[in-house]
Amino acid sequence: MPLPSYALGVVEASVYAPEVLARGLPASQLSGGQPEDRGVSAEPIVASAPLLSLQGIGLSFGGVVALADIDLSVRQGEIRAIIGPNGAGKSSLINVISGVYRPDRGRIGLHGASYAQVPTQRLAHLGVARTFQNLALFKGLSVLDNVAAGLAYKVRSNFAGQVLGIGRSREERRDSLNRADQILDFLDLAAVRDRLAGTLPYGLQKRVELARALVAEPRLLLLDEPMAGMTASEKTEMASFVRAARDRFATTVVLIEHDVGVVMGLSDRIAVLDYGRKIADATPDEVRNDPRVIDAYLGVASDNEDGAGI
Amino acid sequence: MAAIPAEFSSAPVLPKWVAPVLLLAFAYGVVPLVGSSYLFEAILLPFLALGLAGVGLNILTGYAGQVSLGSAAFMAAGAFAAYNFNLRIDGLPLIGSIVLAGLVAAAIGIVFGLPSLRLRGFYLAVSTLAAQFFVQWALTKFSWFSNNSASGVIDAPRLSIGGLALDGAVGRYLFALTIVAVLTFLAHRLVSSQTGRNFIAIRDNETAARIIGIPVLKTKLLAFAISSFIIGVAGVIWAFAYLRTVEPDGFDLDRSFQILFIIIIGGLASIRGAFFGAALIVVFPLALSRLGGFLLGDVFDSGVLDMSQRIVLGALIILFLILEPDGLVALWDRIRRRLLFAWQST
Repeated sequence: MPLPSYALGVVEASVYAPEVLARGLPASQLSGGQPEDRGVSAEPIVASAPLLSLQGIGLSFGGVVALADIDLSVRQGEIRAIIGPNGAGKSSLINVISGVYRPDRGRIGLHGASYAQVPTQRLAHLGVARTFQNLALFKGLSVLDNVAAGLAYKVRSNFAGQVLGIGRSREERRDSLNRADQILDFLDLAAVRDRLAGTLPYGLQKRVELARALVAEPRLLLLDEPMAGMTASEKTEMASFVRAARDRFATTVVLIEHDVGVVMGLSDRIAVLDYGRKIADATPDEVRNDPRVIDAYLGVASDNEDGAGI
Repeated sequence: MAAIPAEFSSAPVLPKWVAPVLLLAFAYGVVPLVGSSYLFEAILLPFLALGLAGVGLNILTGYAGQVSLGSAAFMAAGAFAAYNFNLRIDGLPLIGSIVLAGLVAAAIGIVFGLPSLRLRGFYLAVSTLAAQFFVQWALTKFSWFSNNSASGVIDAPRLSIGGLALDGAVGRYLFALTIVAVLTFLAHRLVSSQTGRNFIAIRDNETAARIIGIPVLKTKLLAFAISSFIIGVAGVIWAFAYLRTVEPDGFDLDRSFQILFIIIIGGLASIRGAFFGAALIVVFPLALSRLGGFLLGDVFDSGVLDMSQRIVLGALIILFLILEPDGLVALWDRIRRRLLFAWQST
């Protein structure tokens, strides 16, 4: 797959893919979320209540503390990154938010409702979608069907109606294929539409996973290392897709990422975890200069920086 | 995308329904006229019954990813249920007993599918053994099921649909063929429907399926129910059309394994694969016995035949798992593509 031209040299100035923005769908066509299109404003949007709020989340696995007393508040429309060294508890946090883990302590607030454990089976109905750190595509389905599966929670026809092709089943199928096709166009995946998902290269599979999460137009999108294992240009491309998706669907994004450079350019705010604790939660610039963050990532600066005498 | 092989885009131009329709036309129009009684009794009837059972198991194991070793139990449940409905409800048409028998098998399938909500893989396979042993035990223990026959053997009723007697070999063949064709068509529709795609999603990644809102528990139980329904009806064909007299011991664990081998050899997650596998399983012992008798003469008695069958079958399964994990269907498709490609390039 040839690299799109916009994938190069747009790291700092703009992470938007011009093609994505130009070719993007009218918001009304993919309605469901908030209709307003906030354009390319990099300023965080101030909304009244947080979309997602974690209060005093604690989680441990048999004595190993994965998360300790985590508070997190994510506003509507924000791109919030969660970073931290390996084993800091980032994935555990995403799993708590998506209900895969039940925290030992604390509550999770999702647009108004409060949960001790988020009901995973109802997650899609709550407007939450996620991707996984390790690819979690349905390898035996085509790319199109993988993406259409993201709308499975809406299906109301039963199997008998589907087998006989009666009732609303045809209409549902047509509708979900249409929407899946729109998302595939949006994420530049139309060329691989009919291929089995398992046969795609890694970077494309990651993007298909994003498409599957986006097709439901979630209010909250959780991305667990969406750029892990990608080349620098693929990362830039993915970052532009994430940002374009936020702008197009007014989706709030919570993402975990190792690559601090990409995160700085992409997120509105960054929370930093270390050993299961939140050690910082601020704008990219503030985080960049936070001594505790630097310590966590690079170790405490030595007095003997030049290494003289070693 | 340069990676898409060119041969896919220039693949066959015929619509997909042509081959099955031609095959059915042949099966209905030509086979009854030219087939011998041996062909029907020894090859086609067991082939149809086992093929349909393979379709049923493939829905559960190939598509929904739930391994089951209880297939023979559901065949037995179907056979004995149809026998009892036919015996005890006056005026119930044969088709009625068959549908009810399928529903009984489906209900039993749901019950023994409940462990799948917590268990996976080998653990689930072992728990489905419970179905295998329980059903066989119940049918032997309670003689009511076999109408108090001393040996537990049941005799099939006369086969007739709408006054049309189907007792001869050809009649039973047409009876089985019709049921198998209808159910296979419905199964094909099912696996390409939303429900079928949900099966595949749960097979490929259960956590992701749950997260995107596929009702995992309901879908798994539905897979057990539909699969058991089809296998139950296959059991009716086995008992009523093929053997005519069956006993619970005919539906033992060996039969369950046989059906599992059918879908592994034929191709998992493929409706056609079940029939490829069934054809091999049915024809293979006959071919082996002819071949053995021809090569070795009297030394090749039934004991040797049985043993060599197991050895060769076991070796075949291992070979298939290693060389062609996608089964005969994948092999067939590849050969067909090569031939088409060769034909097009000449």
